[in-house]
Amino acid sequence: MADRAQPVSGAPGIGAALCVATLILGALAAVIWRAEPGSGLDPSDWQALRFTLIQAALSAGLSVALAVPVARALARRRFVGRGALITLLGAPFILPVIVAVLGLLAVFGRAGWVSQALGALGLEPLRIYGLHGVVLAHVFFNLPLATRLILQGWQEIPGERFRLAAQLGAGPGAIWRLLERPMLARTAPGALAVVFAICLTSFAVALTLGGGPRATTVELAIYQAFRFDFDLGRAALLSGIQIVLTALAAGLALRAAPGSGFGAGLDRSVQRWDANTPALRLLDGAAITVAALFLLLPLAAIAMAGLPGLTELPASVFHAARTSVLIALLSTGVLLLLAVPMAASIAMARRAAWIEIAGLLGLAVSPLVIGTGLFIVIYPLADPRALALPVTALVNAVMALPFALRILVPRARAVIGDFGRLGLGLNMGGGPFLRLVLLPRMRAQIGFTAGLAAALSMGDLGVIALFADQDMATLPLQIYRLMGAYRMEAAAGAALLLLGLSMLAFWIFDRGGRWHAEP
Amino acid sequence: MKYLAFAAGLFSASAALAETPTLTVYTYDSFTTEWGPGPLVEKAFEAQCGCDLKLVAAGDGAALLARLKLEGARSDADVVLGLDTNLVQAARDTGLFAPHAVSATFDMPVAWSDADFVPYDWGYFAFVHDKTLSAPTSFRALADSDLKIVIQDPRASTPGLGLLMWVKAAYGDEAPAIWDGLADNIVTVTKGWSESYGLFLDGEADMVLSYTTSPAYHLIAEEDDSKTAARFDEGHYMQIEVAGKLATSDQPELADQFLDFMVSDAFQSIIPTTNWMYPAVTPEAGLPDGFDTLITPGKALLLSPEEAAALRDPALAEWLTALSR
Repeated sequence: MADRAQPVSGAPGIGAALCVATLILGALAAVIWRAEPGSGLDPSDWQALRFTLIQAALSAGLSVALAVPVARALARRRFVGRGALITLLGAPFILPVIVAVLGLLAVFGRAGWVSQALGALGLEPLRIYGLHGVVLAHVFFNLPLATRLILQGWQEIPGERFRLAAQLGAGPGAIWRLLERPMLARTAPGALAVVFAICLTSFAVALTLGGGPRATTVELAIYQAFRFDFDLGRAALLSGIQIVLTALAAGLALRAAPGSGFGAGLDRSVQRWDANTPALRLLDGAAITVAALFLLLPLAAIAMAGLPGLTELPASVFHAARTSVLIALLSTGVLLLLAVPMAASIAMARRAAWIEIAGLLGLAVSPLVIGTGLFIVIYPLADPRALALPVTALVNAVMALPFALRILVPRARAVIGDFGRLGLGLNMGGGPFLRLVLLPRMRAQIGFTAGLAAALSMGDLGVIALFADQDMATLPLQIYRLMGAYRMEAAAGAALLLLGLSMLAFWIFDRGGRWHAEP
Repeated sequence: MKYLAFAAGLFSASAALAETPTLTVYTYDSFTTEWGPGPLVEKAFEAQCGCDLKLVAAGDGAALLARLKLEGARSDADVVLGLDTNLVQAARDTGLFAPHAVSATFDMPVAWSDADFVPYDWGYFAFVHDKTLSAPTSFRALADSDLKIVIQDPRASTPGLGLLMWVKAAYGDEAPAIWDGLADNIVTVTKGWSESYGLFLDGEADMVLSYTTSPAYHLIAEEDDSKTAARFDEGHYMQIEVAGKLATSDQPELADQFLDFMVSDAFQSIIPTTNWMYPAVTPEAGLPDGFDTLITPGKALLLSPEEAAALRDPALAEWLTALSR
């Protein structure tokens, strides 16, 4: 590494990665340190592990497989409302679990819209509860993310390549072989790893849609160890297993993904002469319609349930909304400070796998473990409640880091690969290269990252429950509290507010990044 | 100059505050919300104690105990309010609680005496349904029916654990057979009560595990009399919610005063329409209108804290075996 000159310094990124790893592994270590000798793994844990792996693998595979045609359709079509659709498609991913599950079941449940339609035709209602239900829910959550990650891969193929392909008379098949398949080989493994890691720590979704204890995941076992048995050792052990599994998956994905890109382009707009046949138009139209219906119907159910409650929201909901917005902004700032340098370091280093894996830790570790660990560390030093805001913002940032890196790294690699030598040749120095080349050329990706981070942080319960008292509640926490007090209508209204705020935050940042950048 | 005067004002204000003793009470989330008992309790107690009552929310009952164990003897808490009978033994085993000095005549279906913990409200677990449904009258009848129910996971939820104890208290060694019979009636198992209740209100199940007092919320707060609870012949398992004083409290007298206040009319009359449970001591004015419409179980079931602690793991294993098939 050191023998090669680099356009910018990799040190800040390595420092950020070390900080993240220290935070997460330190929290885990604190839990282990506080643990008394407890029980090890029992047969039911192995069963939980098996179920967790099966559902995570199926969910990741299906999410990414379905995302490919949707992303391809979005990449080669321009239509009115395309931008709005892409923004809206991100919504399932950022909803609090309980809200999303209720929305999903309003469409696919026993008494849902689909079952009602089937009933009108004299057919049996859908049987949604089971492994297929778990996978359906996880695809609902993760298909949008996978689509965005892969769509970005398409957008990173320079317009000149398609131009050249058209001049050489390459048809859709040749373009697939020469441009699209190599691009997918680079983006799909990363998307698979991220979705797999998300599904690995799923708990409430898996249990509810799985229909009972058959659908016990490792995360549920951790929750049980904490609350039911207060067996911190067992919780830490199970959490360690999650981390190892995520690291393995990430390692495999990184190995599978070749590093070379398409070379530099002149940022011409992409035109797809190859995709104008009626059959392909029909195919793309169908992919977009089906995906949009699948993702937007549950959102419509949430919106319809929320509208009546929206007018009479209690003041505490708006207070919580303010707290959530504040945390989201803070957390977005922290995330960018961590993610951009890390992405640059990964892009330049030859052996950067550990930085990527450090970045994935935020997804691998259970929020309960990281929250408890931080509580154990902070409690002797300060009042955890006084630190609720910064701690939540920090943890949310770390949890959004894996997504940020997936978005930023491919672009950073391309920019440094294409322009790094030019920068060195011009003797630019790290600062000017960053300011004049790297950051401007990564603007769209940074905007997308910031939008995703803000929205995720807004919707995430994370660790706030351990630290907050009633004055510090975030909007998701307040929704749970409203539901816990029978106020389902107000909770539905608050959920719609949360959905609106998250989408708005996402849209502002994402749009900011793409402003004047995409035709 | 102005700033100095302002700073001096702040300083003297905080000095005045420091003279008011603070009583810190850890409780569950829903107790402290603006529609829960918290704000009214705080006002009523502060009017008589000359102190500052600080209610700290820490998740639900089980999270409350976990939080206390994490903090240990260094905890700021003087009183913990919101443990239920299934948690009492684990709470006592921490050695963090001190005996109380409250003497009161409780209006509960079972006798209660415990050296460390004082009850403040109670309720019966029950399956809530729409009045239009002809509900089963026992677990066996439920198991034989085609009705769909949604319940909570005993590993993650307090009512879920209550149902486990209900079946165990009613059927003892026959409990596994009951769970076998119920398996095809259970639509799904959720992490917490909120998810279950939300699913039930959305029509995903005919009945939901909740409390006999749940219909009172719909009746009183929403003027909706369409919900009721199924009365089971086996009897209904009780949940008694208790509070205890911490041995490490730096305000032991205030803590005692709070526990006395807790069983007094002022506190007890707040409970029914904020916590939607029965008060442990019926207030002089009686229960609010609407509570008379609730079902009254023929038999109240309750395991002692020791029994509940001993039966928990085997009962959970039976539940897992029956429902994992």
